[in-house]
Amino acid sequence: MSRKLLLKNDHIPGIAALKTYKENGGYTAMEKALKTMSPEALLEEVKTSGLRGRGGAGFPTGMKWSFLAKPEGVPRYLVVNADESEPGTFKDRYLMERIPHLLIEGMVISSFSLGANSAYIYVRGEYFYVSRILEQAIEEAYASGLLGKNILGTGYDLDIYVQIGAGAYICGEETALLESLEGKRGNPRIKPPFPAIAGLYGCPTVVNNVETIAAIVPIIEMGGAEYAKIGIGRSTGTKLISASGHINKPGVYEIEMGLPVEEFIYSEEYCGGIKGGRKMKAVVAGGSSVPILPTELILKTAAGEPRLMSYESLGDGGFITGTMLGSGGFIVMDEDTSIVKNLYTFSRFYHHESCGQCSPCREGTGWMEKILHKILEGKGTLKDIDLLWDIQSKIEGKTICPLGEAAAWPVAAAIRHFRPEFEAYVTNPESIKDVKHYYRLNPTV
Amino acid sequence: MVKLTIDDIPVEVPKGTTILQAARLIGGDVTPPAMCYYSKLKTSGGYCRTCIVKVEQGSEKDPRPIPKPVASCRTEVAEGMVVRNITSPENLEARAGVVELLLVNHPLDCPVCDQAGECHLQDLAYENGKEETRYEFERREFEPIDIGDKIKLHMNRCIMCFRCVKVADQITDGRCHGVINRGDAAEISTYIEKAIDNDFSGNVIDVCPVGALTDRTFRFKSRVWYTKPVDAHRDCSKCCGKVRLWNQGEEVLRVTARKDQWGEVMDNEDGSTAWICNDCRFDKKHIKDWTVEGPSEINRHSVISANHYDTLRNIKADTLRMLGGKPHGEKVDLGIGALDPNNQHKQ
Ligand SMILES: Cc1cc2nc3c(=O)[nH]c(=O)nc-3n(C[C@H](O)[C@H](O)[C@H](O)COP(=O)(O)O)c2cc1C
Ligand code: SF4
Ligand code: SF4
Ligand code: FES
Repeated sequence: MSRKLLLKNDHIPGIAALKTYKENGGYTAMEKALKTMSPEALLEEVKTSGLRGRGGAGFPTGMKWSFLAKPEGVPRYLVVNADESEPGTFKDRYLMERIPHLLIEGMVISSFSLGANSAYIYVRGEYFYVSRILEQAIEEAYASGLLGKNILGTGYDLDIYVQIGAGAYICGEETALLESLEGKRGNPRIKPPFPAIAGLYGCPTVVNNVETIAAIVPIIEMGGAEYAKIGIGRSTGTKLISASGHINKPGVYEIEMGLPVEEFIYSEEYCGGIKGGRKMKAVVAGGSSVPILPTELILKTAAGEPRLMSYESLGDGGFITGTMLGSGGFIVMDEDTSIVKNLYTFSRFYHHESCGQCSPCREGTGWMEKILHKILEGKGTLKDIDLLWDIQSKIEGKTICPLGEAAAWPVAAAIRHFRPEFEAYVTNPESIKDVKHYYRLNPTV
Repeated sequence: MVKLTIDDIPVEVPKGTTILQAARLIGGDVTPPAMCYYSKLKTSGGYCRTCIVKVEQGSEKDPRPIPKPVASCRTEVAEGMVVRNITSPENLEARAGVVELLLVNHPLDCPVCDQAGECHLQDLAYENGKEETRYEFERREFEPIDIGDKIKLHMNRCIMCFRCVKVADQITDGRCHGVINRGDAAEISTYIEKAIDNDFSGNVIDVCPVGALTDRTFRFKSRVWYTKPVDAHRDCSKCCGKVRLWNQGEEVLRVTARKDQWGEVMDNEDGSTAWICNDCRFDKKHIKDWTVEGPSEINRHSVISANHYDTLRNIKADTLRMLGGKPHGEKVDLGIGALDPNNQHKQ
């Protein structure tokens, strides 16, 4: 059994309620932080812990916090990113649904450290029922003096607001989120300025993922140094993994960083192996935008080392032979899966979610989707495969926000590792007729 | 002051200047094309990505290159920065990619477009694009919309530069102009078809780099290269009254603001922008209404004559040659009469 920090009390019935949460040690870290520690000391603990953002990019949280501008007389904000819309990722939902007070406790500690008196949770539109759970938990916290004015008699004030989005993936990009939170169209901002300087309503703002903020609680509980001992190398602590696809036990798992990928997929504690005893074909390890890897490369690095669940190990080999931990959306595909169809599904998603501000993403995502559709219809040519490759290269790195990359990377990786499959589709469409249709083919939207 | 080089040409500019503005000081071919940036509109730029450049050295202090191409219109200069535009084949290739993408959903209906001849997208495609399209699918289509009785919106031609949205935001009062929908289905909207009922709404036509917003009073009257532009003024209570008339004989076919070499509306003496009001633009169509100052100075973005096309072809050949590494900046000989808007008769 590996170490659990976030989900350690997940098995306790009623843990969503304040009373049960408190009975099981809840809000002690917050009390410790507010009563015995200074904002600066808290920041130091977070830095020492080595915690990295769990929203996808893995940026060191302590460093992000230390960039926050602190001009006199200007409010600062903490915004929790609960937009969670990357296909394959559903861990924040699980956490908020099951243990909402963990997020609230983490938010109070974080806001105190950052000097914020207002904090927001931006919840994706489809999670409206989660917002009700959060609202209820927040109400309980207010009623017990854990939120609002003069928290626990320390003189510290904090209000937490829940805002529901309208169901757009792009509103998970932090600056689009801020626009949306301000009541505007959710378009990513052109950076600089970064949110740490001019974020919500032009004020210094920290945007963090739900899991990142929840992890602040065990960090303060045990101390940053202790937390840093968990995990491996620069991937400290634990990580929630949303496991889906052709595995026996899909679900959300908390793993200690450094767990071998093979163990994660095949052990009974986690995914429980591939469904129906079939062979594994490929894995998308960190949400739909990260490069897909074939079995041999997801289990072992190009150098033959066992691949581990960590930022560094999954990233080993760059994009040529490696991938990314991303948001921890772990999608497993068995031997019958059509990579081309899977890619089509992803590309359709990114086309649909492009905000349309910048030319390469607005025009390129739709073009890629159309070509993939053509290939799936058996009308593709070998040239189309090269064209796809070329279009993704014309998008990558040339856009306002990383959605462009998110759309380009899956295309590049699928062609890089599974080119023969694309070629089979165009040279001999008959041969692939009996591949199982896991993804229903929809006409272009 | 900050010193940097763009395509090996040194330039010194005040702190806070963008790479694009610095390149405009140098002028000529090292200046990246800018389809969405508009120096007279706050927060413009960053969208189209045509102005991308390669930053080979970030600054003297931090000489690392910037890993991705940057939008020169939104990136500030730094001391010791080394920027490559046309001396980086990689950058030209990336730009050609942007241009190709800008064109995939464009209807390519120049023969029936009033903007033809003064369209920045035509110039851009000609100078940076590829000869053939690789796009073989149906193009996105919208119905043309009348924005009141004076302005026509052809959304099919729009490149989403957001300039008109910024004009509506910053020049006219009471905003009712914005964007609806998302991705390649996004469209400029007036919430919806409500005329932008404001004395300065016509300026959206002047800032539009393509034929998406055009003057209905000029619709199909002539091709711009058959008209003769003259600068003129009148006493106007609403605006500066300094305009450009596009005439055929004595007839005023169209009135626009005066534009500079970057295709932007010029400044007044006091530094304000010489936006013009709708009275001057749409209702003063008699030569008697105006005091004519003389023929307008024409730049390459206003009128494309047949001769001009030829020289642009040479520029492109130059650019290709330059892929061998040789910077080019030779003066372009436009040929006798090339800038005479009436030279159609001399062909
Ligand atoms: C298109 C796009 C969608 C994103 N969606 C999310 C999301 O749903 N949740 C999230 O936490 N971060 C998302 N991110 C990353 C955020 O921009 C931001 O980096 C993150 O919230 C920072 O939090 P962290 O440092 O705690 O990871 C997205 C980024 C992009 C470009
Ligand atoms: S990359 Fe796509 S989603 Fe991001 S700003 Fe550009 S068009 Fe919008
Ligand atoms: S209508 Fe013209 S000015 Fe407005 S966004 Fe489109 S191209 Fe730009
Ligand atoms: S002009 Fe710079 S991005 Fe459009």
